[in-house]
Order: sequence, then structure tokens, then C-alpha cells
Amino acid sequence: MRGSRFVLVSYIVFLLLPIYWLVNMSLKTNTEITGPLTLFPHELTFDNYIKIFTDSSWYMGYVHAVQYVVINTVISVTLALPAAYAFSRYRFVGDKHLFFWLLTNRMAPAAVFALPFFNLYQAVGLFDTVWAVALAHCLFNVPLAVWILEGFISGVPHEIDETAQIDGYSFPHYFVKIFIPLIGNGIGVAAFFCFMFSWVELLLARTLTAVEAKPISAIMTRTVSAAGMDWGLLAAAGVLTIVPGAIVIYFVRNYIAKGFALGRV
Amino acid sequence: MTLVLDAISRSVAGEVHSSNISLTLERGTLNVLLGPTLSGKTSLMRLMAGLDKPDSGHLSVDGRDVTGVSVGRRNVAMVYQQFINYPTLSVFENIASPLRVARLDRSEIDSRVRDAARLLRLEPMLDRTPAQLSGGQQQRTTIARALVKRADPVLMDEPLANLDYKLREELREELPKIFASSGAIFVYATTEPSEALLLGGNTATLSEGRVTQFGPTPHLYRDPFDLATAEVFSDPPLNTLTAEKRGSAFAIQGAPDLAAAGSLARLGDGRYTLGFRAHHLELTKPVAPALEIAGTVSVSEITGSESFIHLAMHGHNFVALTQGIHRLEIGEALTGYVDPAHLFAFDPSGRCVMAPASVQGGAVA
Repeated sequence: MRGSRFVLVSYIVFLLLPIYWLVNMSLKTNTEITGPLTLFPHELTFDNYIKIFTDSSWYMGYVHAVQYVVINTVISVTLALPAAYAFSRYRFVGDKHLFFWLLTNRMAPAAVFALPFFNLYQAVGLFDTVWAVALAHCLFNVPLAVWILEGFISGVPHEIDETAQIDGYSFPHYFVKIFIPLIGNGIGVAAFFCFMFSWVELLLARTLTAVEAKPISAIMTRTVSAAGMDWGLLAAAGVLTIVPGAIVIYFVRNYIAKGFALGRV
Repeated sequence: MTLVLDAISRSVAGEVHSSNISLTLERGTLNVLLGPTLSGKTSLMRLMAGLDKPDSGHLSVDGRDVTGVSVGRRNVAMVYQQFINYPTLSVFENIASPLRVARLDRSEIDSRVRDAARLLRLEPMLDRTPAQLSGGQQQRTTIARALVKRADPVLMDEPLANLDYKLREELREELPKIFASSGAIFVYATTEPSEALLLGGNTATLSEGRVTQFGPTPHLYRDPFDLATAEVFSDPPLNTLTAEKRGSAFAIQGAPDLAAAGSLARLGDGRYTLGFRAHHLELTKPVAPALEIAGTVSVSEITGSESFIHLAMHGHNFVALTQGIHRLEIGEALTGYVDPAHLFAFDPSGRCVMAPASVQGGAVA
């Protein structure tokens, strides 16, 4: 018992150490950070956070990121639901190949698509908008959502579809009233994964934006070289970037657990 | 209302699921579809419901052709072997669902749902979700949903097969009463001959996608039209052996000749398949001349007060269902006896040319 507790505690310490250090740095001044090692802030300061919340070039980064992540999640799940239903319920020529091909989109590195997206969005005037990033992320998130939802939908017996047909439901009525609540956990899990992927993705988000829609992750990487090394400010921005993900995980943690038990994840 | 199936056929991927089926189901009757697994019961029900379209043939309701009408526009209800309910809705909403879709009056829905719930003893559970019910209650809910719609026909595909023994007995007792009070056409699929006999009504026996016979249930059991019907309607399986009639005796390979007494004497010379049920194969030698089957014991099972004994003779397997406990070693030599009065005789084309005269009592079991 004692030994296992020791292992557990040291594992958690090991996991949390970098996060603690980030929080630690964000509450220090630059002089203290670059000075000798201190385990906690000796001169506690909130200036770094105050700067982020008052300077629009900083906080708009979060606004942009949240915008394209939400747009992307909504588009991905909305498109993936009917697609996953079709893959699960119908047999058509090449269905398995098409399903696999969808997944292969996730196997290509994002860098491959950065250049064509950049050129395409320049041409159609989408460059430097949140829509550019939201649509680009669909390339990865729609297949992921289809794959996750297909597993959940296949877990619903097709006799339920037929019973609804016999009861007289039209298909759209059935889909909204019965089916979507039935796979609510699956939709939650799919939305969560779309959210997380889109939130942490850097390369496409940075390539497809310049000024108007620049997300926080891109702002952080650019500030390093521009204003010298503002360690404390960067650490504060990092802490604030972790927060939305942590909030989402807190709300969907039960769905994810069910998702692991029931579906595909 | 009358439901008429006229020469219905359907194949899927080259496999015949239903072959040239013609049936007429009358208003207010209970019709059992009896057949082993893969005999085409479910396929036939799906065709009746309109979930599948036949390749050829017609389906009509009261003379109106409904062959191409989609299932949502027909007034049918279906109960599956698995308990199919809407898991996110309460029991009340599950039962009310077809009425809500039909946009019935709120008070009308309420009274119909409560009537059905009373009939199926679901009243205390109306606010729960299906997951909070026992298997029997879940299946009651699906039956209530089928009844509340006042559908015609009501199709039930092995509704009791997934229930445990006690619940099955309980529901099976109630179902005929529920059927009688509704007045609709009921179609009930089962693999168990005893269930068909307990439910009564009419039975259609199915074998390899074909309806071999349709008629009153006890009649089919006592007087099957052909070998396929008799085989479907027998559990444990019907024992058969081939025999050749010459003059006044049957020559049976590996067994002593059997004198053709009684109604057997009326059969003409030729080859026959003789069949008899497991409970007619007895282990004590009767006084009267009997068909003797001398073989070896291959399996011996005791089910409480009865024993199943499998007897192997010249590569044929015979099953005897006998009262009492018989402890027998495998490989032991044993002779079974069949009273000739219990024999079925089938001609080479499978037609039943002689069935045992219905003896008082013991004939149906």
C-alpha cells in the first residue's frame, strides 16, 4: 500500500512539475526569473496577467482562438453526424475504402496542407479570418468526428430505427427527437476531441492568419523575438492557454469515461 | 380486416428468404409462425410489416394492395426479440410515442396509455426510463406500445425468447387474453412447438423460406400435411426411419420386420418414411407387437423427472423421452419399442399418408 502510494504521488509530482513551474514563472518578475533559482515567487506580481487582460493585441488572441475552435467544432460535428450514420447503417459500393480514405487525412502532417491552404485562401479572400482556420481544421476534425460517431451509432441497434419508422416518425423527426439524445455521449466525445485538436494546433493557425485573426498560440511564438525575452508575460499567457482546455475537460470528463467504455475512443 | 399474402417471394444476395408464400390472415385471429432459426420467420414478418419489399407477389389489406406502401403509412406494430424501447424517453413517453407522432389529443393519449399500462401491469413504472426496468417489464413496454396504436396487424418476433423461464411463463399466459381483448390480427413467431400449442390459434409452419402448412394449431400437430411440417412441429426432433412395405409387413433395415396392423394395413406396397415422436419411443416391451429399435446408447440426459435417451442404430439417431430417471452407460445396448398406432407414414415425396389416430389424452403433449 505504502509503496504504491509513493509511486502514485511521485508520478503526479512529475506530471505537474512543468505546470507548477509555468504558474510560478507567471507570478514572478523578469529579474527574479533570470536570477538565481527560487521555488516560489519572492516578489509576487500580477502585472503579467494585467497586461494580457488590458492589451487588446494580447486578449484578442484568445477571442480569435475561441471563435475558430467553436466554429470548427460545430461544423465538424454537424457534418460528421449524417456521414457517420450513413457509414454505420448503409452498405454502398466502396464504403469501407471511403471510410479508410477519410481517416488517412489524419495521417498527413499539417505542414503538407499549409501551403495549398495559404494560396487558396489568399485567392478567395478568406486569408486572415477565423473562418480560414476553422475550415482548415475541418480537414482533420471531420474524419476524426466521423470515426468516433460511427462507433457510437453502430452501438445503437437498427431495430430502434425501424421501430421509429413503424411508429410513424419521419426520418428528420426521429433523428432529432430520438437519435441525437441517444448518442449524446458520442457527440460530447467527438466535440471534445475536435475542440482539443483545434485549440492546440499551431502550424495552420499561424500560417493562415496575419493580424486580424491571429490566435494566442501564434502571438506567443512571435513575441519571443520581437520584444526580447519577456519570460513572465509568456508564462502568464501559457497559463491562460491551459485554462480553457482544463475547463472543457472538467465538464466532459464523465462523457469521456462513458465514451471510452462504449465507443471508439 | 383481412391480411392477404399472395405468392410473396424475396431473395437477398442469391439466398432465398421467402419463397412463394400465400397466406390469408383473418381479423381477430392469432397466427403463429413456427419454424427453426433461419427458416424465414423474421423475413416473412418484415415483409408483412413493409420493412422489406417482396421481389414478387402482392400484399393486400381488406382488398387494398399495400405492396409498395412504406411502413410509416401502414398501421402495423412490431415487437422484437430484443427489448427495443427508446432509452432516453420515460416508459409513458415510450408507450405514447406512436400517438404523439399521429398528433392525437393530449387527453386521448393519456387515457390510452394508462389503459395499456393497466393491462400490462406497468402503471407504477410509467415515470421510469427503460433501463430502470427488468427485462420482462421492458418487453411489456414494447407490447404496450404496439397495442396502444391499435395497429393491425401486430407482429411479434420471438418476443419471449430473451426472457428467463419464469417471466416467459407469466407473459405467455397473459398474451392470449391480451390478444383476445384487442381484436387485431396477431402474428407471433416462435421456434418452440410447445409455445405454438399453448398459444393455440392458427399456425403456419416454415421450413427453408417456405410455408409448409397453415391451419389450426392442434390440427397441424396431429395431422401434418408432410414430413417438413411434422419435423418443424416436433421438439425433440421427430424420429424417422425408412421402411419398405411388402404385403402384410414392413421391412426395416437393421430391425425386425413390423407387421402392418391396423391402419398401416391400408397402405399400398412401396417405400415409406416412418416417423414417431420422442415420447412414443418406450423402453419397456409392450404386450402388443411393436416396432423394435435395437441400438446403443449415445447420450443420456436427465432433466429432473424425465430422461432423454439418444439411441444409435446403424448410423441413425433416435431420441426417446421417457418418464423417470434411467441411469444408462454410454455404449450400452438398449432396445426401444414404438406402438405402431403412434406411427406417421410419409410417401417418398414427403406427403403424410397416415397419421396416428388421435387417441384420447396422450396424443397432444
